[in-house]
Amino acid sequence: MAYDGKDKVLEEVTAKAYEFGFTTDIESDKAPPGLSEEIIRFISDKKNEPEWLLKWRLEAFEVWKKMEEPEWPHLNYNKPDYQGISYYAAPKQKKELGSLDEVDPELLRTMEKLGISIEEQKRLSGVAVDFVMDSVSVATSFKAKLGELGIIFCSLGEAVQEHPELVKKYLGSIVPTKDNFFAALNSAVFTDGSFCYIPKGVRCPMELSTYFRINESGTGQFERTLLVADKGSYVSYLEGCTAPQRDENQLHAAVVELIALDEAEIKYSTVQNWYPGDAEGKGGVYNFVTKRGICHERSKISWTQVETGSAVTWKYPSCILKGDHSIGEFYSVAVTNNAQQADTGTKMIHLGRNTRSTIISKGISSGRSQNSYRGLVQIMPSAENARNFSQCDSLLMTDTSGAHTFPYIEVKNPSAKVEHEATTSKIGEDQIFYCLQRGIDAEQAISLIVNGYAKDVLNQLPMEFAVEARKLLAVSLEGSVG
Amino acid sequence: MLKINQLKASVEDTPILKGLDLTIGPGEVHAIMGPNGSGKSTLASVLAGREEYEIGGGTVDFDGQDLLDMDATERARSGLFLAFQYPVEIPGVSNINFMRAALNGKREHAGLEPIAGKDFLNLVKEKASLVELDGKLRDRSVNEGFSGGEKKRNEIFQMAMLEPKFAVLDETDSGLDIDALRIVANGVNSMRSPERSFLVITHYQRLLDYIVPDFVHVLVDGKIVRTGGKELALELEERGYDWIKEGVVS
Repeated sequence: MAYDGKDKVLEEVTAKAYEFGFTTDIESDKAPPGLSEEIIRFISDKKNEPEWLLKWRLEAFEVWKKMEEPEWPHLNYNKPDYQGISYYAAPKQKKELGSLDEVDPELLRTMEKLGISIEEQKRLSGVAVDFVMDSVSVATSFKAKLGELGIIFCSLGEAVQEHPELVKKYLGSIVPTKDNFFAALNSAVFTDGSFCYIPKGVRCPMELSTYFRINESGTGQFERTLLVADKGSYVSYLEGCTAPQRDENQLHAAVVELIALDEAEIKYSTVQNWYPGDAEGKGGVYNFVTKRGICHERSKISWTQVETGSAVTWKYPSCILKGDHSIGEFYSVAVTNNAQQADTGTKMIHLGRNTRSTIISKGISSGRSQNSYRGLVQIMPSAENARNFSQCDSLLMTDTSGAHTFPYIEVKNPSAKVEHEATTSKIGEDQIFYCLQRGIDAEQAISLIVNGYAKDVLNQLPMEFAVEARKLLAVSLEGSVG
Repeated sequence: MLKINQLKASVEDTPILKGLDLTIGPGEVHAIMGPNGSGKSTLASVLAGREEYEIGGGTVDFDGQDLLDMDATERARSGLFLAFQYPVEIPGVSNINFMRAALNGKREHAGLEPIAGKDFLNLVKEKASLVELDGKLRDRSVNEGFSGGEKKRNEIFQMAMLEPKFAVLDETDSGLDIDALRIVANGVNSMRSPERSFLVITHYQRLLDYIVPDFVHVLVDGKIVRTGGKELALELEERGYDWIKEGVVS
C-alpha cells in the first residue's frame, strides 16, 4: 500500500519550506540598535517631520516606558529585546523617482518574486501599488488617475509633508498612543506606512494595495496606516506581506486606523504571510498589530484577513460602531502549523442605535501549533436594537495542535440580540479517503477540504487577492467554475 | 479485468478476509451477498485502497496491474470506482468543483490537458440527466444536506462522470425507496458495456431485479463459499444464509 498515512501527507503539505524566503541586497541607511529619545529625534529628523509630530512621538515614548508587555494572550514567546532592535532603516535612494526605470533593478526583482511585478499590475489589473520596503516607499503607481478624483494614496511620510492637516486631525484618533504597549511603541518609532483619503461621495475605482516586507536583519518594522473615507465614499484596501527567511526573531508592531465618516464604506483585506520560523518556530516574525476602525452614521467597515504566517500573531481588527445604523464585519481565516501561535479575533463595540456586526472566524491548526480566537462583543447602553452574529469554527489537522476560543460578550442594553456559534472539528479521514477514491491526490484533497471550510471568508476577498489567498492555502480549483 | 487470489486482510489484528478468490471478466456484473460481518464492505474498502486495512497476503490483478501496489488515488485514476455505502459530506466544496478536480486528476494521469470549462459543463449536464440529479444538487456542497436517495444518486452521477473500467457498488440500495432504487439502477444499467465490469455488494435480492448480475457469490466469514447465477440470489432471499453457513461448517 503506497498511501502510507494521512499524517505523513499532512506533514509534507504543512511542513514545506517557506517559499518566499529570500532577501534583497540593498545597502541600508540604518540607525544603531536601541531605543531612546535621541533615536526618536533621529527618526523624526530623517523624515523631516514637523515639531508637533516629534512631540507626539516623544509623548508616546514616555507612555510606553511606563507600560508592560501584555501577558494575557494565549501565547508563549521570548519577549523581544527592545534595546537590541534598530528602529530605522531606509534603502539608499536619495533622488525622487519619476518612473520605474529609475527603481533599483534588485528591488524590481524582489517584487517579481512576490508575484507583483508593478508593470504587470499597471498594465493588467488596475491595482495601484504603494510598495513599502524597509519602511520607505519606493514605488507608487496610478497616482495621477487617483489624483483626478481627489483621492490621496501615498506613504504616511509623504502625507505628513503634503497633507499635514489631515494627518494631524486623524493620526492617533482611533488608536491613541496609550492604547496598548505595542501601539505606544509604534507611535514612538513608526518610520512609514500608508495614507489614504477618499473625498466625499467618491467611489474609489480600483483596489488600493500595499505590500509590506521586512528586509533588514534585526530591523523592527513599525508600519502605520491611516485611512480616511469621507462622507458617502467607498474604498477597498488590500494589504499583504511576505518576509525573507531569518535566524533571529523579527518584531512587527503595526498600527492601522480606519475612519469611515457618515455613509462611507471601507473594505480592508489582508493576506499575512510573514516568515513563521522553522519547524521549531525559530526565527519567525512576531506580529503584534493594532487595527481599529470607527464607523460614523450609516457607515460600514469590513475587515477580512487571511493569516498564515508569523511565529506569533497578536491581532484584533476591531470596529467602534459609533454612528447609528453603522455596520462592522470581521471575516478571518487563521492557519497555524509547526510551532506557530496565533491569538487573534476582533472587538465589536456597539455605541450607536441599530448597529449591526458580523464575525466569521475560521481557525485551522496543524503541527504543534496553537490557534486562539479571542473576541469581544460589547453592546453599550446607548446601542438600542444592536445586533451581533458570531461564528467561530476551529479545524484541527493533527492531534498535537490546539484550538481555543475566548468569546467575551458584554450586553448593557436589553434590546440587544447577540448570537454566538462555535464548532471544533478534526479533519475527517473519511473526507480525505473520499477524495482519494475519486482520483484527487492527498495534497489537493486537503486543499479542497480546507478551502471549503474557509469558503465563507475567502469569498469576501476581492478577486485579485483571492488568488493569492488560495495560493497560500494551497488551493487550486475551488470557486473557479461558474 | 479483476483477479483476486487468496486475499487476506485484517483490521486492528482482527482477520476479516481469509483467503478470498474472485475473478471478474470484462463486461461482467458480479453480485456479492452475505450476512452481516462476513467482510463485504471490507472487500470494497480493500479494493479501493483504504489504509486502515492490513493486507495479510494474496494478490489482486487489475487489468494487468498489481492493484495492491497502487495507492488509492492511482487506483481511482486507473479506472477503479467505489460507490460508497455512506457517501461523505464535504462542506464548502461544491459538487461540481469536486468533480472537476477528480476528472482532471484522471486526465492528468492519462497525459491529457485539463478539460475545457464548456466541455465540462456539457458533460455534467449529460451525466446528471442519467440519474435525474438537478442543477441545485450539482451546485451544492458535496453531499451536504442531501437526502439518502440524493447521496446515492450523486454517487452514480460521479461514476458516470469518471467512466471507470471497474465499479464497486457498496450497498448502494440501502436506504433507497423504490423510485430512487429504479433511478439508481437505470443509471448503472445505462453504463453497462463490454469494457466495463461491476461488483455489486448488497444484502437484498431486490436490487438484483433491477441490476441483473451475471454471477452471484456468497461471502461467509471472509471467503466466497458459493457461486451461482441470478437464481442463487432468489434462493438466498427465500432461505436466508443459515443453510449455506451450515454447509460451510460441515
